[in-house]
Amino acid sequence: MSEKVLMKGNEALAEAAIMAGCHHYFGYPITPQTEVAAYMSKRLPKIEGGVFLQAESEIAAINMVMGVASTGKRVMTSSSSPGISLKGEGISYIAGCDLPALIVNVQRGGPGLGGIQPSQSDYTQATKGPGHGDFRLIVLAPASVQEMVDMTFKGFELADKYQMPVMLLSDGTMGQMMEPVSLEAGEVKKYDKPWALTGTKGERKPNIVNSLYLKADELEKVNFERYERYAKIEKEEALWEEYRMEDAEVCIVAFGVAARVSKNAIDAAREKGIKVGMIRPITLWPFPKEALLKAADKVDKFISVELNMGQMKDDIELAIRCKKDVLLCNRTGGMIPTVENVLGKIEEAIGGTK
Amino acid sequence: MDTVSLNRKRITVFAGHYGSGKTNIAVNYALMLSSTCEKVSIADLDIVNPYFRTKDSHKALEKAGIRLISSEYANTNVDTPALPAEVYSIFGNKTISAVIDVGGDDRGALALGRYVPYIIEENDYEMLFVINKYRFLTKDAISTIEVMREIEFAAGIKFTGIVNNSNLGEETTAETVLSSVSYANEVSELSGLPIKMTTVKKSLEDELKDKINNIVPLELYVRQSWLKEEK
Repeated sequence: MSEKVLMKGNEALAEAAIMAGCHHYFGYPITPQTEVAAYMSKRLPKIEGGVFLQAESEIAAINMVMGVASTGKRVMTSSSSPGISLKGEGISYIAGCDLPALIVNVQRGGPGLGGIQPSQSDYTQATKGPGHGDFRLIVLAPASVQEMVDMTFKGFELADKYQMPVMLLSDGTMGQMMEPVSLEAGEVKKYDKPWALTGTKGERKPNIVNSLYLKADELEKVNFERYERYAKIEKEEALWEEYRMEDAEVCIVAFGVAARVSKNAIDAAREKGIKVGMIRPITLWPFPKEALLKAADKVDKFISVELNMGQMKDDIELAIRCKKDVLLCNRTGGMIPTVENVLGKIEEAIGGTK
Repeated sequence: MDTVSLNRKRITVFAGHYGSGKTNIAVNYALMLSSTCEKVSIADLDIVNPYFRTKDSHKALEKAGIRLISSEYANTNVDTPALPAEVYSIFGNKTISAVIDVGGDDRGALALGRYVPYIIEENDYEMLFVINKYRFLTKDAISTIEVMREIEFAAGIKFTGIVNNSNLGEETTAETVLSSVSYANEVSELSGLPIKMTTVKKSLEDELKDKINNIVPLELYVRQSWLKEEK
């Protein structure tokens, strides 16, 4: 165990990215993720070959990410909700070109300009793919500053392994809070990238990175192949944590900051003798469908705790094939559910206070 | 905090690396002053961080009769780096004891610059550099001194002392603080500045007061996270 340091979520993920070998960062300031860019602007110029660039816009930044990704180098960008919407076109191009990259969204309240306080209201955008066309993102949802580090390492690995963009879906709380972390990297796996544009030196045929197909049947074939890869990811890469589920009659489903609040509520409910537990999705895509379906045969009710209008609730209902009721406990617009909010919903689920 | 308050200057400025604990120390220091001084003002000059603010502690400050000077936009959805004209009221008025909470790093210290001519003219100030060995970018004395020089350059004023606030958040133990002593001494030696105080959470005060000079216990006034209800 290496010595711990005290870091903000935004700084921790930035340092973890550097440790994972990401020495290229392109971004544009927006609260509450600006610390990522500020941190990179201090650190990257001190690293040999390191590039920090504040682009003229989010759109420019994501296209610079595509450029560096096509050379096979690890690269990232970060933004907050409105900025991610702007990046949508570029993210679709990166997916269409089968390029690995890490995109961080430190979510804030929306829609529109919304507000700068924390939110999870980009769940649907992230899990269904922000941008046009048939594609997916792997979406990682850290629930502590330590997980910001671990998920950043994991994110770069998965991006390279499956040659696709990965999103780290954080929020204002996770980005701004300070917790002790260990920056022990372990080994962040490296992958061969024979497709990368590194110059042929006259020794091989040129590689082509492209998302344009002149024939419809060719594009269809590529899309089918890509979805075979996605099917493998759905089968093999889902991550989740189960908390006090052994004898649970009520199952909370929550990720990120909502899971932190829910844990406290579950402990409080358990003290009152209520059998409640939690399945915390760590990957939002792939969604831990199997774990939820299994739980549906054991528990009586589900509660989705979210910082939005119930975007994940639909996915829970699909995963459990509507076998049980799913209640919603939510706040939105920058508000965070309190332990009391969640406890109240748990009591509602069991049919009144105990 | 007695030894600290004996040689107290009229204006005390807290600056340092982003996340080093300036706001929390400034709030605690203002509360300490309010027990001996009639008029205490605290000015929040943070134009960098819209999340953790002096304003989070407004209830405790009000209760102690401390005047809080803060941007109207702090803790709102308006992300505007504005400072109120009221900040000027703390200069040139010898009846007020003033605490100034500066934003993190050189970026935050830039905002202090516009008030520096008034501070230097009166020349009754202490400018304290808050350090934490467990912050990644100030984990050794050399990098800490680098941050210090950047802040001094941006603000146009030199530090006069050091506050060792080395901590690991909720995981802080007496050992955490003790193993930061040599780091703080090295920063002190390299900068030529005295360590004015070592700040620790209140529960560690008894264990450390015989081992480290000028131990100052801190209550946590700035909310740690949204995970706990505001009391």
